[in-house]
Amino acid sequence: MRLSYLIPLALFVLIGLGLAVGLTLNPREIPSALIGKPVPDFALPPVQGRELGLAATDLKSGQPSVVNVFASWCVPCRVEHPLLMALRRDNLAPIHGLNYKDDPADVAKWLDQLGDPFTRTGADRNGRVGIDWGVYGVPETFIVDGAGQIVCKHVGPLMQWDIDNKIRPLLRDLAAGRQSQVKC
Amino acid sequence: MTRKRKRLLAVLGLVGGLAVAAALVLSAFNDNLVFFHSPSDVAEKQLPADRRFRLGGLVEQGSVKKDGLNTDFIVTDLRNSIPVRYTGMLPDLFREGQGVVANGRLDAQGRFIASEVLAKHDENYMPPEVAEALKKSGQWHEKSGDHNKLVKPGS
Amino acid sequence: MIPELGHIALILALCLALVQGLLPLVGAARGIPGWIAVAPQAALGQAVLVAFAFGCMTYAYVTSDFSVLNVAENSHTLKPMLYKISGVWGNHEGSLLLWILILVVFGAAVAIFGNNLPATLKARVLAIQGLIGVGFLSFILFTSNPFARLLPAPLEGRGLNPLLQDPGLAFHPPFLYLGYVGFSVAFSFAVAALIEGRVDPAWARWVRPWTLAAWCFLTIGIALGSWWAYYELGWGGWWFWDPVENASFMPWLAGTALLHSAIVVEKRDTLKSWTVLLAILTFSLSLLGTFLVRSGVINSVHAFATDPTRGVFILLFLAVVVGGSLALYAFRAPALQGVGVFAPLSREGALILNNLLLAVACAAVLLGTLYPLALDAISGAKVSVGPQYFNSVFVPLMTPLVAAVAIGPLLAWKRGDLAAALRRLLPAAVAVIVALAIGLWLHNERGFMALLGLGLAAWLGIGALCELALRVKLFAAPMAETLQRARFLPRAAWGMTVAHLGVALLVLGITVSETWQVEVQQVMKPGESVQVGPILYRFQGVVPIKGPNYTAMQGRFEIIEDGAVVRELRPAQRRYQQPPMETTEAAIRSSPLADLYAVVGEGDAERGWAVRLYWKPLVSWIWLGALIMALGGFLSLSDRRLRVGAPSGRRHASAPAAAE
Repeated sequence: MRLSYLIPLALFVLIGLGLAVGLTLNPREIPSALIGKPVPDFALPPVQGRELGLAATDLKSGQPSVVNVFASWCVPCRVEHPLLMALRRDNLAPIHGLNYKDDPADVAKWLDQLGDPFTRTGADRNGRVGIDWGVYGVPETFIVDGAGQIVCKHVGPLMQWDIDNKIRPLLRDLAAGRQSQVKC
Repeated sequence: MTRKRKRLLAVLGLVGGLAVAAALVLSAFNDNLVFFHSPSDVAEKQLPADRRFRLGGLVEQGSVKKDGLNTDFIVTDLRNSIPVRYTGMLPDLFREGQGVVANGRLDAQGRFIASEVLAKHDENYMPPEVAEALKKSGQWHEKSGDHNKLVKPGS
Repeated sequence: MIPELGHIALILALCLALVQGLLPLVGAARGIPGWIAVAPQAALGQAVLVAFAFGCMTYAYVTSDFSVLNVAENSHTLKPMLYKISGVWGNHEGSLLLWILILVVFGAAVAIFGNNLPATLKARVLAIQGLIGVGFLSFILFTSNPFARLLPAPLEGRGLNPLLQDPGLAFHPPFLYLGYVGFSVAFSFAVAALIEGRVDPAWARWVRPWTLAAWCFLTIGIALGSWWAYYELGWGGWWFWDPVENASFMPWLAGTALLHSAIVVEKRDTLKSWTVLLAILTFSLSLLGTFLVRSGVINSVHAFATDPTRGVFILLFLAVVVGGSLALYAFRAPALQGVGVFAPLSREGALILNNLLLAVACAAVLLGTLYPLALDAISGAKVSVGPQYFNSVFVPLMTPLVAAVAIGPLLAWKRGDLAAALRRLLPAAVAVIVALAIGLWLHNERGFMALLGLGLAAWLGIGALCELALRVKLFAAPMAETLQRARFLPRAAWGMTVAHLGVALLVLGITVSETWQVEVQQVMKPGESVQVGPILYRFQGVVPIKGPNYTAMQGRFEIIEDGAVVRELRPAQRRYQQPPMETTEAAIRSSPLADLYAVVGEGDAERGWAVRLYWKPLVSWIWLGALIMALGGFLSLSDRRLRVGAPSGRRHASAPAAAE
């Protein structure tokens, strides 16, 4: 009879273990399958009012680069925009924009008003290239090494912390040819 | 009847009642478990006929045809595709090229007859099951991340 | 500066919570009066500190201080003031702040109103509250600091999501949390009782008001959520068995069982270990609800803070709180022997039946909610449990429950006379026959289910009134005596009757709206009419309109009665620009007898528009019933016998009433 008082505890332990496994399987935690792989093959025209489009070859120039997936309708993008502008002023690496499912006029206005941090900007009107990049939502930011391999992916808006502790050190390491300790 | 017997009967009744309740719950559970399958699952596995399931993938570009309340479209995981027919009003966020989850069953022609279409996500959010299905089909490489926050009370 | 003050206040509150959690426990164990006396002061101090921190956060929102990250992410200068304030708890960090605020307010209430508690019990209860506070405050401070700065401050916030600006959404979480967190008091009482090794009728009398208060708030919270889903989601449904809904429904089921089992402990001094277990489980399910929603384990539209470290923290916290209390239970509960034996046919027997059915229902919801997670964890298979499962479980479980609710109050304690009780329920039986006759006459497709629902509602509604009539000797004594008796009937008795009537209304609302609702989905061209049940809708076309931050296609429907237009419904499809988002705005005309509900979809003038029109009889009775249940709870709470702050002298004066 006494043992029966242990039943609730035993059941809870079972449920707790299940939840713990559920947490580790949290899909949001599985790292991108693209990391360590070359960037997908693509070539995009520039966005309205800009000269330079974006293609896979541009990311294999021997110099590391940052690819930022953004859209003018995306509110978090607006939040990270000043940080990209600041990163641009550091001149660590070129920042390229992948403009995801956007209206040409809207994005032109956005870049004119908020400033243009991008060296090259590809217009992915229908989001097809975004699918190849595994873009799940915007914003997302990729770091690509000089050989065109994806080194790091950041999901969601960049915060100052991410810039200081992930992006900048990683770019410095890549530029110096060091193995980076930065975790992505 | 002695007190002891009465007690025994009460306990027996209790255990019996609980057993009935458990049987009821479990059988209802078994009947109503709805599995999620991607178009590739449907194409490659032999799914039991006449069993409801949830089909998820992307709505193929250019595949949506409307005729009054009937909508025909194709759900794809970029490797295999399944034609779907739905009768009724589509949710706000049903779009070509966007993720969708449909609830229903296959008919004899291999067409999926949806009784419900879920697109409970916003512009830049995708149902996690759909992302999973696309990943499995080898066409997708990254998992979820609902950057925009769509909140219902209770959260 | 002010956010930093708020942050410091939270840190101080954490320190004080540690003191409140440890000193009184040791003090009570060792018999050190000074340490015991720390508990109430610490509880009050903690309440002041957390309230101050909450005030700081609210201030940051009201003044749109975007240098606070949380404000920048979730607010906007153009938001109306109401939504600026509700924005405080409309996000992960802020909602935790609200959680902890409610926790410490309950703690302070125990400190203030718990004067009639034995000093050691009170100290232990407050200590447990303090320990829960330690867990949540460190969760906030270490993983989800609401006062984190964003420098330089952006010029504008990003929280203008139109879907979030809704009165239902603004007030739903506070009620839900009042319920969730209110159960923490019952939990603390249970753990304190396990430590003391004593559960007696007095203990049950102290626990009940807190449970009752939490239950009332949770009932209102769930009803508000359901109502929100009904008018905002545009699907005409009011309950979807969504994991997040289930997360709030499970504590409600367990809490309802707890309310009733505590009565058995109070009146019969038995069923003790079960009641203690229920108190632990109810709060555990509240925590589980928090875990499921906050950790992102459940793939739901609702999950809005999906950070795995947070999930790990909540899971650890859950393990300590639930695992610890259940271990304590396994260790101490065998000593809690009841004194009374009882016959199955008695008031306590009926209450046990109530408990069993509610517990099974709760377990069924738990299974349906967790099984998909478990299967995903084990095999990676994605499954979902359809609403059909819950419906087919709930009907057979709730049917005997509702039937017994009418009988239970008529049975005597210890040994009830079922035949006599049934004889007294003769009017209810007549009502059932009348209801069935009406059901058959109205004729419908759902046949049996409709008749069952109608019969149950009539049985319970009239049965509850019968019980009341017997108590006040309606028609059996002169009217003056009846009125006299009604006046002196304890509020708790009134509360029970009202709450049970609420259940009857709820059952009636569900049955009638589900059975006789008429839904028409079709394509309509301007000028066309369609009959929806007894209502004639005439479609007058769609016009584009412009709102403050959206454009919309607004449909116009005229409701025709006897050839004349009596009302107009204007559902719309809204398209917001920032962020781009489309929403369906259903147009709803509520009246006590039926709701008219119209939705307009895509289309054009040439081919017509897709529309969905409903006639939903008695659907508003669902929420009315829930509110009346809560009202019954509050009535019962106002009973002097249960009033927490009642001075002991008056408590003695009313003691004879307690014996009836």
